[in-house]
Order: sequence, then C-alpha cells, then structure tokens
Amino acid sequence: MKIAVLSGKGGTGKTFVSVNLACAAESAAQSNLNSVYVDCDVEEPNGNLFLKPTNIKKSGVNVTVPVVDNTKCTGCRKCSDFCKYNALAYVKDRLLIFNEVCHSCGGCIIFCPQKALKERQREIGVIEEGISGKTTVFSGNLNTGEVSGVPIIKELLPKLPDNGSVIIDCPPGSACTVMESIRQVDYCLLVAEPTLFGVHNLSMVYELFKLLKKPFGVVLNKCLADEENPSEQFCKENRITIIEKIPYDKEIGRLNSQGLVAVRENGTYKELFERILDKLVKESLQ
Amino acid sequence: MKQLLILSGKGGTGKTTVASAFIKLSNCKSFADCDVDAPNLHLVMSENMEPVINDFYGFQKAFIDNSKCINCGLCEENCHFGAIRNFEVSVYECEGCGVCCEICPQNAVSMTEYASGSLKLYKSQNKVFSTAKLKMGSGASGKLVTAVKKQLLKEAHNSELVIIDGSPGIGCPVIASISGANLVLIVTEPTVSGIHDMKRIIKTAKQFGTACIVCINKFDVEMDNTKKIEAYCNEIQIPVVGRIPFDNTVIKAVNNFKSIDEYQDSKAAKAIKTIWNTIYENYLLSK
Repeated sequence: MKIAVLSGKGGTGKTFVSVNLACAAESAAQSNLNSVYVDCDVEEPNGNLFLKPTNIKKSGVNVTVPVVDNTKCTGCRKCSDFCKYNALAYVKDRLLIFNEVCHSCGGCIIFCPQKALKERQREIGVIEEGISGKTTVFSGNLNTGEVSGVPIIKELLPKLPDNGSVIIDCPPGSACTVMESIRQVDYCLLVAEPTLFGVHNLSMVYELFKLLKKPFGVVLNKCLADEENPSEQFCKENRITIIEKIPYDKEIGRLNSQGLVAVRENGTYKELFERILDKLVKESLQ
Repeated sequence: MKQLLILSGKGGTGKTTVASAFIKLSNCKSFADCDVDAPNLHLVMSENMEPVINDFYGFQKAFIDNSKCINCGLCEENCHFGAIRNFEVSVYECEGCGVCCEICPQNAVSMTEYASGSLKLYKSQNKVFSTAKLKMGSGASGKLVTAVKKQLLKEAHNSELVIIDGSPGIGCPVIASISGANLVLIVTEPTVSGIHDMKRIIKTAKQFGTACIVCINKFDVEMDNTKKIEAYCNEIQIPVVGRIPFDNTVIKAVNNFKSIDEYQDSKAAKAIKTIWNTIYENYLLSK
C-alpha cells in the first residue's frame, strides 16, 4: 500500500513520522514485501539525514527548454508572443531565452515558422536511490535557484513498487507539488501539531482530501499532557479519524536533532510506530 | 524603504513567531505574509480588522468546447503536462500554456480566466497588511507572492520598513519573495534538518545576491548543533544575530491568537527583543 504523509504547515513532523513508519515496516514486512521510503519534499529533502542510505545510485532530472539557431531565426516574434511565461524575448536582433521561467510546454518549438528552435535538456535536480537497513530509500533533490520540483516528483513516483509498504514524505502545504505526490496513493496520513497554526493549515489540507476523495486520518504530534489541543478538537468536530497521539518528548527532540531514527533506537517508539502502521493497514482496507 | 524578509528553508522553525514579534516591536506599519500555501500571520496580526478580499487570477486554463471538438486528439498529443484526457482538461494539471488552443484545427479550445487564489488586504488608519491564500493544488504560488508584495507596496508608500514573513522551501514562492528584499533573516533550528535546509536557503539567497543574517531558534535543544551552525556561518561570513531558547510560552501565545511579544517576561520574548535591536541598529537604521 502507498501511504502519503502530509501536513498543512512545515515543521509538524512529516519526516519524523515518515522515516519511523518506513523503519517500523522493516520488521513488519515479510521477506517478500518491500519497505520503501520516498522523499517528495524535494525543496527540503531531509529523510536521508536520518536513514543515511548506502549504495546510492544517482540520476539527473532534466526538463526540456528551447535553444535557438540564430541563423534560422528571422525575428518574427511568434514564439515570444506565444509564450505565457515571458521566457522568450527578442531584443536587439537576438532571441533571449530565460530558462528559469520556462514551463517546458514546447509551444515555441512547435509554432516557430522557421523551425529555428530545438529542444535541449537542462538538469534541475537529482533522484537518489539507496538502501537503509531493509528499507529502499528514494529521494528527490531540487537544485537551489530552481523554481519547481514537480518534474522531479513526476519522475520519482513511477519508480515505486506496487507491493509492500511505500511511505511518501510529502512537501508542506497543499500546492501543486502536494497534489502531484498524492495522486496515486491509497491512504493519506496528516501530521498535525497542537497549535492554532496547526489547525488552520490542517483544515486546508482536509479540504484537499475531501476534494480528491482520498481516505485519510490524522496523527497528532507533539501533544502536551495538560495543554488544550486545538487540532484534536478540530478532528473530533469533523469526525476525522485520529490514528494516534504522539506525546511531546524531549527524547524524540534529542534523537531527531541528531539525525537518529527513534524506531531504531528505542523499543517504546518501535511499538508505537508498528501500532500506527497496523492501524493504517486496517483503515485503508475499509 | 527597507524590506526585511524572514525565511528558513525548513518549515516549523519559527518564521511566523519571529516575524509577528518583530512587527510589534518595531511598530511596523507595512507587513506581509508571503507563505501563500499555509498563511498564518493573520491569525496573530489581523487585530480585528476586516480584510478586503479579491480573487487572484494566476494562469489561464484551457477549456474544450465539446460542440466544436472532432476528437482528433492533437491537443492531448501535444500537451506536455498530461492535462488532457478524453477531450477534457484537468484544471489541476493545466498550466495555461495555450499550446492546445493554438494547435486545435477546429478552434474548439479557449483559454479562460481561473481564480487560483485570493488576495487579502487588511488596512487600518496607519497600518497595512497584505496576505493571500492559494487555492488547493494550484501552481501559481510565485505569481501570487509577487501580487501580495505589489499590493503591499502600493499602499506602503511612506513606510521606512517593510517586514515580510516568507514560506518554507527554496522554490518559486521563496524565489519570488527574495526579489526586492534588502535583507534576509534566516530562522534556523539546531537539528540536522534545520542545518541542511539553512545551507540550501543561504545558497539560494546568495544566487540572487541578497544579504543574509541568521538567528537560531530553540538553540538549547541541541547545543552541539547550535555550535555547528555558528561555526558554519562564521566560515562563510554570514552574521549570526542571536539565539532564542526553547519556550513553551510560544505555543501558549499562538493558541491565544497572540504574538510572543505580548508575553514580555518569557525567555523567548526577551531573546527576540535583543535580536530585533541588533538587527535594527546594525542593518536597518539608515546611517
């Protein structure tokens, strides 16, 4: 099954939950199943810092941009007039191409009457595949200065196996990269923190699920024993399944800040995440 | 006018906590929330003002008129985004490039306006606050950030200082927010993730030639990492302007719709005040 781990806002613990779920699946996974962790948070990919995969295979991710043959270009401006993203400009008898704002739609190449434009591949990031314990680790990484990670996510997702437990660590928010990440999943797990900011962003992602008709549940992270928890109230009011409450714990903070996986260091957390995984399997079969 | 932009690379490091406190401390008259994906600043800063809300039109979307379509498939074949299936356009995948519209032999495809979010402007007699909300699944976040700033700057003509709360990551909304900023304050945290993402955002800001300074939130969670951050910044000559201790009062403040600055005796508020004075005197005061 494919489980996407999301949150409206950053810093609620998506990577913490994803990495630990993947490691909990290692022991749960029978020998014929895979445990897979996928980092789709390509702007800030942090799963590798915890899983420290080895045997890394790297492959570049390219987007297609136009390149001009100046000997053929007559300066008709058909391409720059057509481009909705202002990626082309004809200035001082030369066609300028601004690769960073090009969306790779190919229109300029198709519609140039002189066939003066050709496709060129430009690298915007990399995909890494490695192994950590029994978990296969996929990670997308967008180069700094690049605007969109969507092409990396589009290239990552088809690589995933259909069987076993596949945990997808999503970007924060509910924009295009998130949509892309959850298109093919069986279940969405939301990680929420006990603050009003948390609730506000939780409610946005909740709208997204209703729209996509995906089954989903919530893990409440960083719960303080005697403080009120607005996220928990929100779940109860909207009859959203609360899969588990993870207490705020300085020990987790310590393990996390050092890049250690709680499940691999601490028996209590191993049990907790195996329990969460069990519940997710049951929930997604309903 | 000086524009101070608050970024972090990683989510949840405390951008909005710091931004809201700075706005209060400096009595800032013009501020914005550029985290259009998950805006939160209005929860603690709107001060019972009612916003003026306008639809934001990002990219147009293609629409196929079935009465004219002859099912030739040229549009689907040439769409690089996989947005057309069975002669229908999915608004979530369409990026408004117009190829299908141009290539259709029957003129069956038209480009239509599409609201990909809403712009909000809070105005009182002497304050202006610009923010927005991107519609779910939309891809026009950079454009919306630019609109948020444009809306603010139109109203903030005689402000000496503009404070902007940014979004996590290094992609289009962040890059759009960097343009025009005089100074970027990076709020980091002493975790392996915090350090990793801080390095990426510094690199991004440098690519655009913007001056950066760093402050470390929750610095006492892991002192070794705090020292690592300071050593790294020292090495690449980025000033570290201060440390903020971990403080549960911050959570309490947020849950009461308040800025941490209103809890003046808290450890975090005191540290943020010191950091604000440092930044103001060394980087923002016109000398």
